[in-house]
Amino acid sequence: MDYFAQQAINAIQLGSIYALIALGYSMVYGVLVMINFAHGDVFMVSSFFCFLLLLVLPVPFIAALLIVMLATAILGVCIERLAYRPLRNAPRVSAIITALGCGLVIQNTTLSISPYSQRMPELFTPVTWNFAGLTISSLQILIVGISVGLMLALDFFIRKTRYGMAMRAIAQDRVTVPLMGVPVNQVIAVTFAIGAALGGAAGVLYASAYPVISATMGVLVGWKAFVAAVIGGIGNVRGAVLGAYLLGAVEVFTVTVLPSTYRDLVVYTLLLVILIFKPYGLLGRPAVQKV
Amino acid sequence: MTRWLQHPPPRGVLLALLAAGLAACFAIEQFGLVDDYVRFVLITLGINIILCVSLNLVNGWMGEFSVGHAGFMALGAYLSACVSVKWLSWGDPLWMFPLAVIGGGLMAGAVGFLLGLLSFKTRGDYLAIITLAFLMIVKSGIENIPYVGGPRGFLGIDNHTTLLWTAVWTVLTLWTIRNLVYSRFGRGIVAVREDEIAANAMGVDTRKAKLTAFVVSSFFGGVAGALFAHQLQFINPSVFDIVKSTEILVMVYLGGVGSLAGSILGATAFTFLSQALQPLGTWRMVILPLILVLLMIFRPRGIMGMREFSWFVPRREFPKKEDKK
Repeated sequence: MDYFAQQAINAIQLGSIYALIALGYSMVYGVLVMINFAHGDVFMVSSFFCFLLLLVLPVPFIAALLIVMLATAILGVCIERLAYRPLRNAPRVSAIITALGCGLVIQNTTLSISPYSQRMPELFTPVTWNFAGLTISSLQILIVGISVGLMLALDFFIRKTRYGMAMRAIAQDRVTVPLMGVPVNQVIAVTFAIGAALGGAAGVLYASAYPVISATMGVLVGWKAFVAAVIGGIGNVRGAVLGAYLLGAVEVFTVTVLPSTYRDLVVYTLLLVILIFKPYGLLGRPAVQKV
Repeated sequence: MTRWLQHPPPRGVLLALLAAGLAACFAIEQFGLVDDYVRFVLITLGINIILCVSLNLVNGWMGEFSVGHAGFMALGAYLSACVSVKWLSWGDPLWMFPLAVIGGGLMAGAVGFLLGLLSFKTRGDYLAIITLAFLMIVKSGIENIPYVGGPRGFLGIDNHTTLLWTAVWTVLTLWTIRNLVYSRFGRGIVAVREDEIAANAMGVDTRKAKLTAFVVSSFFGGVAGALFAHQLQFINPSVFDIVKSTEILVMVYLGGVGSLAGSILGATAFTFLSQALQPLGTWRMVILPLILVLLMIFRPRGIMGMREFSWFVPRREFPKKEDKK
């Protein structure tokens, strides 16, 4: 029983990191109806940003988190400006291909610069507590706390602020909204900045929890988060969080039952099965095709 | 000269050219006319043309978006390797190798049929996600089968992929897909691309069109995988990943969607470009996706997008009015 409770804590930690990344996928999909395949690699690059920052100057944890989030947000806006904006009115397939291409460019550039995995210096010295037979480290509490805090802030931003309202409006009708005086380009840039900054936060948290980083992390971890966003219903922010915790649990408990090489097989089979029975995810609404 | 290119030659000329090409391949193979590197590049070119044309059927003519072509390649490669190394290794390569290639193609085609069934429910972005999940499942599935070597890969495959076999399969692929897309039934596949609902309303059986396109495309993907396995003599699950799929996507979108001539052009340009960029190491895989991004921004349909070199178009019995202009 203790063993399962311990695994549940690990699942919540992993799910929190997935949720932060999945939010970036889901926000962009909600606003632009486009799968931002490059987001996983943006997450990967952010942990390398953190690595470089700590090589240059050893800053405290919170400062590192904020600097990396800012740097990643700038990267996200640059990708949107250079690669996605010229294709805003092109067929949707072109946008997906471009996103896939951008992701591979980022991944292989990182791979060419740093061909081997890097060991992350310790950001934070965790204290562990034993509590009723369970071991909880302060790092786990910090990871879950920061993730949940950022998710609540995002939910507040989307529901209560003017920018959030503009995002929801663009998601509903991208043709009429500019006529109402909403600066669409600016709102989309803000969406990308927030999505990338959340990915950046996930990068720092992931690198402090699992301190070996490599260029393939975008595919190994980032795409899992994408699977989480799809399972929850891509485009739906709360669905992304639900999907992420579900996926974290599935992954952690799969490894306790089966050999760890089965993890990817189980995750992607789960995705396929959910898409067969609920083609638009758990909380997603079906897209009505108009004639 | 240009008039000559615009008006296709009589059927006999085409057949003579084809026979001459196959005879040349046979001669090269028999008398060792070119060195091993040139032979390797030529075989790779043939395999790339098969991959590019077959993916173009789904992504170009039918207008769906699949990123799972490397998965079909993997299925074909592993099944054919099992046939030639484990099940029929006593056989004469003359009949055993074609059997292995066809087996690989059928395996991929059968799985393509299932993927085609899934495409009834969803299309566009969600179909892209399904093909991505399919690719990941194939890759991690193979890694968990010790019988075919698991993550270490499949060793000890004999080199059966000759230039002649590659040429024969390339011609067969081009011929099949040309006859499919220009048939009355094939027009239905193109109609799905333009507007699925309207096509349905006009009496096109869109389900049958989609299934056929998926099965034919994945069959030839499997054939290409089988040839690939017997060319490299060693296969590994990590070869058939998203990077391999992206390479095929670059060929399709470079050459042109919905075009046989474009597919040949794209595969040729890609093969020589990727050989020329070999000294750059991993930076090569920065440049290739960058080309894809720039293509999407500046020329989304590729060089020959939805246009065709007239030699590949079947002749019409009755000239249409536009032709007389």
